[in-house]
Amino acid sequence: MLKIFKEGLRRTREALQDRLDQLFSKNEINDDFFADLEEVLISADVGVETSTKIIALLGQRLREAKIKEAQKAREILKELLIALMDGEKDRSLVFAPVPPTVFLVLGVNGVGKTTSIAKLAYHYRQAGKSVLLAAGDTFRAAAIEQLEEWSGRVGAGLIKHQSGGDPSAVVFDAVNAAAARHVDLLLCDTAGRLHTKSNLIEEIKKINRVIGRALPGAPHETLLVLDATTGQNGIAQAKYFQEAVPVSGVILTKLDGTARGGIVVAVKDLTGIPVKLVGIGEKKEDLQVFDPALFVEALLG
Amino acid sequence: MLFGGLAEKLQDTFQKLKRKGKLTEKDVELALREVRMALLEADVNYRVARDFTAAVKERAIGAEVIKSLTPGQQVIKIVHEELIKLMGETQSKIAPPSPPPQCIMLVGLQGSGKTTSAAKLGLLLRRGGHNPLLVAADIYRPAAIQQLETLGRENGLPVFSLGKERPLQIGLQAMQRASREQNDYVIIDTAGRLHIDTELMDELKGLKEGLKPLEILLVVDAMTGQDAVNVAGTFHQQLGLTGVILTKLDGDTRGGAALSVRAVTGCPIKFSGLGEKMDAFEPFHPDRMASRILGMGDVLSLIEKAQQVVDEEKSRLLEKKLRSQSLTLEDFLEQLQQVRQMGPLDELLGLIPGFNRASKAMKNLSVDEKELLKAEAIVKSMTRQERLQPEIINSSRRRRIARGSGTTVQDVNRLLKQFGEMKKMLKQFSSMDKSRFKKSKGLFPFIR
Ligand SMILES: Nc1nc2c(ncn2[C@@H]2O[C@H](COP(=O)(O)OP(=O)(O)OP(=O)(O)O)[C@@H](O)[C@H]2O)c(=O)[nH]1
Ligand SMILES: Nc1nc2c(ncn2[C@@H]2O[C@H](COP(=O)(O)OP(=O)(O)O)[C@@H](O)[C@H]2O)c(=O)[nH]1
Ligand SMILES: [Mg+2]
Ligand SMILES: [Mg+2]
Repeated sequence: MLKIFKEGLRRTREALQDRLDQLFSKNEINDDFFADLEEVLISADVGVETSTKIIALLGQRLREAKIKEAQKAREILKELLIALMDGEKDRSLVFAPVPPTVFLVLGVNGVGKTTSIAKLAYHYRQAGKSVLLAAGDTFRAAAIEQLEEWSGRVGAGLIKHQSGGDPSAVVFDAVNAAAARHVDLLLCDTAGRLHTKSNLIEEIKKINRVIGRALPGAPHETLLVLDATTGQNGIAQAKYFQEAVPVSGVILTKLDGTARGGIVVAVKDLTGIPVKLVGIGEKKEDLQVFDPALFVEALLG
Repeated sequence: MLFGGLAEKLQDTFQKLKRKGKLTEKDVELALREVRMALLEADVNYRVARDFTAAVKERAIGAEVIKSLTPGQQVIKIVHEELIKLMGETQSKIAPPSPPPQCIMLVGLQGSGKTTSAAKLGLLLRRGGHNPLLVAADIYRPAAIQQLETLGRENGLPVFSLGKERPLQIGLQAMQRASREQNDYVIIDTAGRLHIDTELMDELKGLKEGLKPLEILLVVDAMTGQDAVNVAGTFHQQLGLTGVILTKLDGDTRGGAALSVRAVTGCPIKFSGLGEKMDAFEPFHPDRMASRILGMGDVLSLIEKAQQVVDEEKSRLLEKKLRSQSLTLEDFLEQLQQVRQMGPLDELLGLIPGFNRASKAMKNLSVDEKELLKAEAIVKSMTRQERLQPEIINSSRRRRIARGSGTTVQDVNRLLKQFGEMKKMLKQFSSMDKSRFKKSKGLFPFIR
């Protein structure tokens, strides 16, 4: 059986691209069209539930507008997806009327939290703001050193405790330091944590509370980092983190790979959390504001 | 919900189908569509899922399913068996290091768990009597070298590093040092990279040529989605993998990437990473993975166990009784005995998907083997008449039963109450017209 699969998959990868091209160049909309569209969406990690919803919605629109050509359907589908991703939304990050502004960054293990913080820090340093980083990952080996190296590279300050320390204490000190030093922006790194581990979820709630107590109104953004290679588990991640702390936006990382990151469509659909930023590489410059139209274009191949 | 998603859906599907009489090939196809959905929801690649269900179909439309009393269970069994087959036997072995030193390369995407797995594998090998050396060859990510050095220090494993020297240089010198220091395995932690990054993929090819590794293990995050086929396919094609490590299985991901990776590379999945701590590393279990992908805990073992002990004929009778709600304590006793034959109760309940979550949700929910024994003793101390008509058990009878079974009147009261509740619950189930799959388990009374 294995051999069949391997052969099948080699063909898969080659075939999918063709299919995508074919899908919208076909003249007529029929069952095949919808089956192919399902494959496109699911292969991009949009997931069964949201894909089904999108296809039904598209079908309805096409019927209403009496559209029969696939080319036109593509435009309608794009519009529909862009609307779903809040195409018109203002994605600028919230800053406090009076500095410091505090962003809290969280997510499961290895998704790109620390790197995204470095990229954000770099961006705002370029814009002339003073930036402080809080080494809130006191758990992972050399996580503090990792952030420390970035702080040097991007020219941001760093507040750290010892490895194994209490992350809430780190962010508490960092918020106070940010206020005392009149820093514009404080970025709080946290340890990667699976949303299923209740002790770690309690910990992130506490971190959030501590920030709020040290500086009313903070954190001004709570950004959940999702890895574009993540599949359906991304939905659970978003739901559970959202339940623990009010998440204000998603940073979608690793879009420079071949994964299309369709999970954020499901996340938006099912939790309402908007994508604000995307990571497109490992370097400090590789961060962009999420562009729904571009994203949808890439999603559809 | 006691049983996981797919099991539930298949029961429903077949229940509906059965009402119209004979099952046909079409019906099985319909059921397999549910299977396909479950696979997709578990992140099994679209094409892999389709090919897999097609391959399973042949077996499923055989008489096995259509003639079965329990087609839902049969389909699950077949799907499960085929999944295990596809995922391979347990092959959690690393080839022997002869002649030493031999090199193991860990490769994969950014953040998949290579560095952590390098240390975990090192520990595992050392526990097996080996003398591994860890090598820090990620010269790109900030503090990647320190990360491995820290893990080595914390766990008493030697780590070789040369700062930001070229990875091949690092690897070659590490091999020399291993020869000198009698390290038999040399575990190389490489930098995370995208499979489409040709420059960095070439670096790995260079390492492979220069070090002639015994094993090249792809480290894959179990939460990976549809892209797993592209990643694993490319890594395999360019490097010739010998195995896979699947990480972050301690979360709630269904882990369909395992199936995709296996299908596209044919390489055995050798280890599972089950946490951030160093001992959270285990041989890979294809059977557990199959159940997990299907979203059913270990429901399969449960079905098997149930099938071993539950007499089909008796079950049918029981089902009828359940339907007519004429279940008696006599049947209850029989159920008790069957459940007991299936093994320790805790273990059984552990097999039921969602049970852990359910038990967290319902406070005071606990299962007690002793309770089960007590219940058995109590029912055994009843007369036949009492078992058939529990209504007649008045207080003097209760006292007698308590004495006879070495329990207290409160115990007897509680059992009778539980039995009453179970009947009520079964009534709800049968009015929902669920199959006997659920009902015949008879586990309810022991969950307090
Ligand atoms: N929960 C959980 N976390 C894990 C597991 N394995 C690794 N991690 C975590 O995942 C994150 C990334 O792990 P690393 O070992 O640094 O991964 P890597 O592949 O070396 O990452 P790069 O070197 O950055 O490419 C870290 O936070 C680890 O602690 C696992 O099995 N379960
Ligand atoms: N290709 C790519 N790699 C990324 C991106 N963002 C982060 N990474 C890499 O992913 C790995 C894990 O990132 P890290 O920031 O340590 O993740 P954390 O554990 O969530 O803090 C590192 O190797 C990063 O270089 C991205 O946008 N694209
Ligand atoms: Mg980090
Ligand atoms: Mg690493």
